[in-house]
Amino acid sequence: MAQAPLIADLDDHLIAITTGFAGADVLLFGTTDGPGDVIVVVKGPTADVEVLRKERVGGIWINRKGLGYQNVPAVYMLAASKPLEELLPEDQRAYYQMGIENIRMVPVDPRDSDSKAFGTALIHAKQKFGLFSDVPARILFIGDRLFRVNLRVPSTVPTGTYLAEVYLVRDQKVVGAQTTPLVISKIGFGADIYDFAHRHSAAYGVIAILVALFAGWMAHLAFRRR
Amino acid sequence: MKGTAVTWATAILDWFLGLQIYLPIAEVALNVFLLLGLGAGVGVLSGLFGVGGGFLLTPLLIFVGVPPAVAVATQSNQVVASSVSGVLAHWARGNVDVKMGGVMLAGGMLGSSVGVLLFTLLKTLGQIDLVIAIAYVITLSGIGIMMAVESIRALRRVRKSMAPKKLHQHNWAQGLPFKMRFRKSRLYISALLPAGIGFIVGIMSALMGVGGAFLLVPAMIYLLGMATGAVIGTSLFQIIFVQAWVTFWQANTNQTVDILLALILTIGGVVGAQVGGRLGAKLPGEQLRFLMAIVILTTAGGLLYQLVAHPADLYTIVIAGGGH
Repeated sequence: MAQAPLIADLDDHLIAITTGFAGADVLLFGTTDGPGDVIVVVKGPTADVEVLRKERVGGIWINRKGLGYQNVPAVYMLAASKPLEELLPEDQRAYYQMGIENIRMVPVDPRDSDSKAFGTALIHAKQKFGLFSDVPARILFIGDRLFRVNLRVPSTVPTGTYLAEVYLVRDQKVVGAQTTPLVISKIGFGADIYDFAHRHSAAYGVIAILVALFAGWMAHLAFRRR
Repeated sequence: MKGTAVTWATAILDWFLGLQIYLPIAEVALNVFLLLGLGAGVGVLSGLFGVGGGFLLTPLLIFVGVPPAVAVATQSNQVVASSVSGVLAHWARGNVDVKMGGVMLAGGMLGSSVGVLLFTLLKTLGQIDLVIAIAYVITLSGIGIMMAVESIRALRRVRKSMAPKKLHQHNWAQGLPFKMRFRKSRLYISALLPAGIGFIVGIMSALMGVGGAFLLVPAMIYLLGMATGAVIGTSLFQIIFVQAWVTFWQANTNQTVDILLALILTIGGVVGAQVGGRLGAKLPGEQLRFLMAIVILTTAGGLLYQLVAHPADLYTIVIAGGGH
């Protein structure tokens, strides 16, 4: 039986966002069939995004121009055992979307002369919220076959199915690849509230009012005597 | 030695930072004490000055990371709770003009419905933050100047120990149709006036996430010429219904009401309001009003500066469908 050049897995495929969620760590580990380097790209679910730019109108800064981008991953994380430039040539990195400058976001109107500037602004905004990581996490090798890396999932991550792409690199070439899914979902009381608010919006509104009426009444009772 | 102090400081900081609560609708994790503190701080102000304080709480919530749309809608929910506890006390003293409140309410329902629709429209146009900011700058500077002038006047009046003059102004408003008698407010005026005030304040309160007492109370005193005893109770009475209505519509159309956040703010708020009320009874009222005017004008100035100054980031990101 031919052996896969690369086997990788996560210690947990499900991250639960509970009421106390403040981010999480996921351990990605695996083994290679011999010496080589590993690069990991984690991408969150994609969405359409609009970027708005403020312009000065009558002394006030107003959102004027908007450009749309399709296929923008909600989250982009990177890990590598060596600096990316040492591992792969530029065209290969672009092909595999390694590095935030290589994320393939599709402008709705690519002919617009501002699409580059707006795209850069989009990446900066994602970086600011910790959703796009520019500096790759360091993948550690134990011996020359066993590797591991800790991936930090920030508290602001959106829910959905994420994909971790693991690449084995030798002599400036990708020689093996494997993807493994990571599901981030809301679980528990908070998730139930969120679901209910979106599925039964009217009933949720009524409950919100009743809770407030009751809370106000309790407050009145609590402080009535003196 | 210095090293251990730093370790201790970070350990304590970590403990505080660790007490995060994930807000299910706002979709952010925030510190429980921070939220309770915000609610309490604004509650103290409201107890001191007799205004809801929502106009301070909404910008603060946005500042700590709650999305503006959620901050505004949740604030409406919280106002329901604080107004209920406020109105019950006024009700017991017979300080609620139900008829006047009902007429204002009719206008308020209509106005707040228009407000929620406007809110949804502006959100899709990407201009909601701008409109919220401008609405705050205009109303806060108006109210702030009015309070400042009034408190300076009152401070002078105290020395002469003269009762505040009250006369029914006879102006164009007297010619309006649908005249009604409001016994408790001691008024015989066109129903269109209170309904119109309710309408305008309804739009503003839906857009800004405030009860609007800080708009209603001066309007009722200066525009309607209502007997001052019933003003606060009546405004709270109509605010409950208008804000319940806004809460319902925000929940139904925008799914932006965070019950958990509203509850935490309410707990902080009612405790703060008691503290504020007791403090207010001991401190001289008119000087306090003047201080409050300065707080309001400073807030307005800060918001205006943000509109006019070169923004740190020119770009804003909007995720289609709220990210889901």
